[in-house]
Amino acid sequence: MTITTPSPYGQSQAETKPKLSQLCEHCHSRKAQIKRPKNLQKICKECFYEVFETEIHNTITNANLFHPGEKVAVGASGGKDSTVLAYIMKLLNERYNYGLEIVLLSIDEGIIGYRDDSLATVKRNQVQYDLPLEIVSYRDLYDWTMDEIVACAGIRNSCTYCGVFRRQALDRGAMKLGISHVVTGHNADDMAETVLMNLLRGDVARLEKSTAIMTESKGSPVKRSKPFKYSYQKEIVLYAHYKKLDYFSTECSYAPEAFRGTARELMKNLEAIRPSCILDIIHSGENLVLKPKKQRTQFRKNAKAGSKVPTEMEVRSDGSVSLTSAGFVDGNTCEKCGYLSSNKICKACMLLEGLEANRAKLRLEGDQSFVGAAKLTRTLENLSF
Amino acid sequence: MSVNIKLEFLGGLDVIFNSERYHKVTVPSTNASTPLILRDLIKYIVDNMIKDPKDIEVFIENDTIRPGILTLINDTDWELEGEEEYVLESGDVISFTSTLHGG
Ligand code: SF4
Ligand SMILES: [Zn+2]
Ligand SMILES: [Zn+2]
Repeated sequence: MTITTPSPYGQSQAETKPKLSQLCEHCHSRKAQIKRPKNLQKICKECFYEVFETEIHNTITNANLFHPGEKVAVGASGGKDSTVLAYIMKLLNERYNYGLEIVLLSIDEGIIGYRDDSLATVKRNQVQYDLPLEIVSYRDLYDWTMDEIVACAGIRNSCTYCGVFRRQALDRGAMKLGISHVVTGHNADDMAETVLMNLLRGDVARLEKSTAIMTESKGSPVKRSKPFKYSYQKEIVLYAHYKKLDYFSTECSYAPEAFRGTARELMKNLEAIRPSCILDIIHSGENLVLKPKKQRTQFRKNAKAGSKVPTEMEVRSDGSVSLTSAGFVDGNTCEKCGYLSSNKICKACMLLEGLEANRAKLRLEGDQSFVGAAKLTRTLENLSF
Repeated sequence: MSVNIKLEFLGGLDVIFNSERYHKVTVPSTNASTPLILRDLIKYIVDNMIKDPKDIEVFIENDTIRPGILTLINDTDWELEGEEEYVLESGDVISFTSTLHGG
């Protein structure tokens, strides 16, 4: 690391002159204000900005994340991570001439009291950062809002539905904009948490992939990457705080899965004792190479029915869904919606079918739940132009 | 001597403080001979400002600020200021920011 030239004002501010032991370990001129979790270094605000930004730039260049002229969408939720990401992407793009065209892409899941407020934040960010914004809503894409889905299918599986729909919504939003690369605000804490969860669940297949900085899956025409892979949550929040970035911090009305919450708690407690453990877990994950598996025969047996229906679908924190590992045929598309799918119909359409069936059943049983009512009025609205 | 402190509850923590992010409090001294420290302030917050006892665990764990909440003393990481042993001064701004809320 190079040493920045000490501020010319450093000495003259006699009234708050810090003690030697309080000085920044980086520039040795200003008062240290931050203790970096990754190496316990004590640094001042200015040096913090510099190292935080530079490390992300290094992550981007080391992984060759972008190429000049590329159009990139920042998955923007209005939360702290994606707000800082949008700010940093714009900053680094200008500072280092990445030559990127950056767009904010937001998903409106239709969760009143949560997403409507957070989207208001994204709309302010759009103005503050002077970036174009595209919002894709579940309601437009699927004719269901998350509020309606939860009323129909219960709160327990809300994140499963939400995750499947979000993945496709991000893809569709990106494709609409002619973009094939979405960056998300997932940070080191998120990644360590995911590694830990996969480990605790014995989810070996996903364990190996959980530390990839970029994921390109055949099931999606759009690649995802995580420039904050090595950035601590603590530093992201501090950065947002010092830079006075405008972010939204209310929890989703449909709380995230309990298991993730517990894993997060565990991570935070480990971090309090040994802050480097977050990067250490990622490091372990990166170096994990799995034995090639030989369970082909078993898979064939299940698959011989012709159309393989996955028995289980799991949703990752980034909203992506596990695809049945084998048997994806390039170019296969969903019969109903045309989205890339290894099966006859895609996962979103499968879930939608289930929802429609459930609603029909509720109607037959004479249940005048608000879902039915809301959907009915909407259909009528549509009919009457 | 009592001290006047500005408190900030950020990053979603305000939900347990009447959805109010900024508060001004006067922490009364308990003992004239010992100065007030951050530990006294934390106790003051728990005893006087958190209305619902169920909310205490959002803020406190094992008798200290819950891991995942960032504590800043006049914009400086409390880890550099002696954490709970920090001696309070009137005019201090103490902020607590949740890093656990909403992604
Ligand atoms: S917590 Fe679950 S329901 Fe809420 S936005 Fe996230 S994935 Fe969707
Ligand atoms: Zn410095
Ligand atoms: Zn489909």
